[in-house]
Amino acid sequence: MTQLGLQRTAPSRLAAPRMPRPRGDGRVALLFIAPVLLGFAVFYLYPTIRGLWWSFTDYSLLAEPEFVGLENYVAVLTDSEFWNSMWVTLCYVVLNVGSQTVLALVLATLMHRLTRSVVLRTTLLLPWLVPNVTVGLVWLWLLDTNLGFVNRTLDAMGLDKVGFFTNPAFAIPTISGINTWAFVGYTALLFYAGMLQIPQDTYEAAAIDGAGELRTFFRITLPLLKPILALVLVVSLIGSFQIFDTVAVTTKGGPVNASRVIYYYIYQQAFTYFHMGYAATMAILLVLILGVLTFIQLRLLRASESQLA
Amino acid sequence: MTTMTTTAVPPVTVGEPRTARARRRAGRRITPGRVIGWTILVIALVGTIFPFYWMVKSALTPAADIVGDAGRLWPSNPTVINFARVLGLLSPEETRAAGGSGASINFALYVWNSIVYCSLIGFFQTLFCAMGGYAFARLRFWGREGLFGVLIAALMVPGIFTLLPNFVLVRDLGLLNTVWGMVAPSLLMTPFALFFLRQFFLNIPKDVEEAAMIDGAGKIRIFWRVVLPMAQGPLITIALITVVWAWKDYLWPLLIGRDESVRTVTVALGVYLQQSPNTQPDWTGLMAASTLSVIPVALLLIFLGRRIVESLNFTGIK
Repeated sequence: MTQLGLQRTAPSRLAAPRMPRPRGDGRVALLFIAPVLLGFAVFYLYPTIRGLWWSFTDYSLLAEPEFVGLENYVAVLTDSEFWNSMWVTLCYVVLNVGSQTVLALVLATLMHRLTRSVVLRTTLLLPWLVPNVTVGLVWLWLLDTNLGFVNRTLDAMGLDKVGFFTNPAFAIPTISGINTWAFVGYTALLFYAGMLQIPQDTYEAAAIDGAGELRTFFRITLPLLKPILALVLVVSLIGSFQIFDTVAVTTKGGPVNASRVIYYYIYQQAFTYFHMGYAATMAILLVLILGVLTFIQLRLLRASESQLA
Repeated sequence: MTTMTTTAVPPVTVGEPRTARARRRAGRRITPGRVIGWTILVIALVGTIFPFYWMVKSALTPAADIVGDAGRLWPSNPTVINFARVLGLLSPEETRAAGGSGASINFALYVWNSIVYCSLIGFFQTLFCAMGGYAFARLRFWGREGLFGVLIAALMVPGIFTLLPNFVLVRDLGLLNTVWGMVAPSLLMTPFALFFLRQFFLNIPKDVEEAAMIDGAGKIRIFWRVVLPMAQGPLITIALITVVWAWKDYLWPLLIGRDESVRTVTVALGVYLQQSPNTQPDWTGLMAASTLSVIPVALLLIFLGRRIVESLNFTGIK
């Protein structure tokens, strides 16, 4: 979202005539930005430099960091556990972002075409406001193998019980489903807000031309929503890669690492095994991957802009 | 819920011409498409609410009934004893009798800790980012745009990257298990809040400030007396978003605030789950505690639902 904002402000700044001023507001400005600058320097800039440095060291939290060159990078890139985590994370991201986006589009379209109810919208938003830890716990209980409501219902219907968290094949799909439940309302509201910006006459024209709802959706809503769709995808994708809370509460990465996502693996390396250098290296690789993904998506976004000129 | 329906007028219909509304009304015939559409919306609504219902229902079930009531939609013997024991109101003996482990569980304290954590972050972050955002939008000083670009670049860095060094920093400062150690990284700024508020200040007209300047008011005075009152809406919005995010925080408070005296609700929920036996988790207690973690945000949604919903339009898209 912010990337777009930056692009939007840049041209307007250039276009605005610079007002001649006798002198700047240097001193007052320093006073105003001092807290923000301090926060940035201490909690963003310094740790970034420190993290970079650690990735070239052997650092166990107890002794001082010791320079080891590129050893960590070699070790991470040849670590099958790391690649397993990346693969698990990727599966999660695809399942989660895919299902979340499609469902949110359906819900947003239905709201847009059928109702303006604020009660409906606020209710759909509730799961997003609840801590992920709570969401994880509630679903852990709902999906419990013996006593959970879902398995009880399956049992009553004469079906086999499902080990949602205990079966390695189900762990990641289950967790991605849970988070889809938690974030779909929020995503739908973002799409809905985007749909409200599409001029109403477009729909009236389509109706006069006798276009059905499906045709209207694919020919009008979807193309005109593209910039927002791309934007929301970037944000969901980056957010989705950083899944931690739900895994930490429900499966703790298990069974047998089937749900050990990259954030959880970094967390384990850092705070269970105290391999700070190793963890920092993985974090840097994650930053790079996210950077590349964002870049690609923003290129796609720019290519799809100007549909609603 | 009722307050919400009465006060909340959907924003879109406000400026809409009557004819367009009337035309839409006229188009509201019952068609198979509409029936399917409404069915899906109702399913989504029920699917959203049911897990919360089940949470509350389980919280009201006595621990002894957890097996018997597992398939029932309503507790056969509703009780609030689970809330009493997770709030630390019962003696260890009574807690054990009600199905707890007897270990000290005091969610009254954890909720209070969370409230302190969220309020500190919400208030100071909003204040400092408003000051910074105003300076970056309005004041003239050397290197303004470049500096702003650098600060905003921090948006691209995933939390885990700064998390590890920040943990070590807080530890080295001796602030582990203190409120200040927990709030420190988000107290002064987040790139998002700074960006959001600067964007707002860029878009408000300069006239009022200029009039105040002609009257001889200094920059600081203008900011406090003129600009902040005008920015009330966005300030509340950003504070609200910050508070909600802080309420949901897990990983950072987990690293810094393990001690009971500063433990937040999310961390306490995790600890509670770990303490209860794997084979037979204390579900009724866990669901009572989960309910306590939902109540504050549910209240926010009931009283400020419209503001939150509308804030999405501008934080998410613009």
